[in-house]
Amino acid sequence: MVLNRRIIVTVLVLIALALLPVLLGGAPFYIGVVARAMILAIAAISLNLILGYGNMFSFGHAVYIGIGAYTVGIFAHYDIFNGFIQWPVGLAVSALIALLFGAISLRTKGVYFIMITMALAQMMYFLGLSLDEYGADDGLVIYTRSEFAGLIDLEDHVTLYYVVFGFLLLTVLGMARLINSRFGLVIRATKFNEARMRALGFPVGRYKLTAFVLAGTICGLAGLLLGNFTNFVNPDMMHWTRSGELIFMVVLGGMGSVFGPIFGAITFLLLEEFLSDLTEHWQIVFGPFLILVVLFARGGIDGLLGRKDRSDD
Amino acid sequence: MTEPLLQVDSLIKRFGGLVATDQLSLDILPGEVHAVIGPNGAGKTTFIAQLAGELRPDAGTIHFKGRNITRLDPAQRSQRGLARSFQITSIFSGLTVEDNVALAVQAHAGHSFRFWRDARVDPSLREPAAATLQRVGLGNRRDGLAGNLAHGEQRQLELAMALATEPSLLLLDEPAAGMGADETERMVGLLQALKGTVAILLVEHDMNAVFALADRISVLVNGSCIATGTPEAIRNDDDVRRAYLGEDA
Repeated sequence: MVLNRRIIVTVLVLIALALLPVLLGGAPFYIGVVARAMILAIAAISLNLILGYGNMFSFGHAVYIGIGAYTVGIFAHYDIFNGFIQWPVGLAVSALIALLFGAISLRTKGVYFIMITMALAQMMYFLGLSLDEYGADDGLVIYTRSEFAGLIDLEDHVTLYYVVFGFLLLTVLGMARLINSRFGLVIRATKFNEARMRALGFPVGRYKLTAFVLAGTICGLAGLLLGNFTNFVNPDMMHWTRSGELIFMVVLGGMGSVFGPIFGAITFLLLEEFLSDLTEHWQIVFGPFLILVVLFARGGIDGLLGRKDRSDD
Repeated sequence: MTEPLLQVDSLIKRFGGLVATDQLSLDILPGEVHAVIGPNGAGKTTFIAQLAGELRPDAGTIHFKGRNITRLDPAQRSQRGLARSFQITSIFSGLTVEDNVALAVQAHAGHSFRFWRDARVDPSLREPAAATLQRVGLGNRRDGLAGNLAHGEQRQLELAMALATEPSLLLLDEPAAGMGADETERMVGLLQALKGTVAILLVEHDMNAVFALADRISVLVNGSCIATGTPEAIRNDDDVRRAYLGEDA
């Protein structure tokens, strides 16, 4: 492997993420901003599997963040703080919902797929609004984070940071393996030509559905982390604008690139943080910026770093 | 008499008022090259699409290797040994040439719910893929992007992908479409070399290619088969001359 700009930058970003709490001497605010960015990066990576590699333009991916976060919140609401119960349930519910939503939405293509994924997600958003027991539009405050029998203490913000970082590394590694596995190649080839895949003998539908469920489950993990991180969950987490932000992160970072969504999520959150310091209407600056990225840097940040124009890694 | 490999019986397909396939019956014997010719709009591509499973016929049956496959989808037919190439070049342009063929091998090497091992260095996929590319004369292009191949080479890749599924019947929809004279000659040579190893149903407009390759020819006019026979018999068939080649041909 040649040591190019792209690899150097990627490694530097990972090292910076690993050392950040040490460098900042434990300054909670910035550690918090970056931890949040890493959680959203996990969500963006999962979206990238179906959006970037599989060409399934889901506009309702934030729903799985909500499911993960609500799992933590609802269990905590009933004084069940055990992470060994909360987390497997959160992942399983995410997978089940993704299976259901995928089975429905994958019957359609193109604009219809976008609309249906969005409609299903909005349905969950309104479900959240209507649940008075769980705070309706106010949501739930999570007073106690997930407990892991004293093994890990998530109440310590540096520990939580490293737990998030660890999951991010796992997700990236898993995705790097996945996209070059037999399954990954099926998903990527289907993006180019679905009819051809069928003619070659692949039952394409079940591979796409599996990818959809996988993406939903990984995003559910991001939701579990986010619920713990913010100590709070409300229906807004599932709103379609949140799903739109995840798409921004993927496009900004580089569709169909392993590390792209990490760059995208960090850039997105840093911009949001600093621009909203300058003005309340930070989106006025952010919107044109995104348009420029889409127009002039179609490979996103990872493309600017010199990634070749092919969907390899 | 040998049992036919493919048996098409009274196939009918309508699009609204248009009858695209009209009571079409046709047999393909194991190992033969069977050309289907006919004027534009005769229903050749619609016929291939029904054989491959992309279109459902309104009536009639298709038997392959003695089993009724009329209701099977394209993937299931491919798994039973029926491969097709497309009239419009249909490859995975953003993947390498070898990736394209390796995927065809992978499609017939069990399920693909394998998430971890690197399929791009898996010799059980890559070796057959490389061998097939060698066979169609693309051995030295395997690491390039499929989208960067010249048109003629992409047609060769199409053929390689179909071959890599180890079919017993190849449906070739105008394999020489859009090719120059040299490229067509090379394609004819490739298909000549395949003769006898696999049965081929060939739809082609280039009559030189058809008469050079075919063991038998069926003539399609307005969705039905008006004649089937050896190239010699078809050349001398009065109906065919009238309907297709023109009165003074």
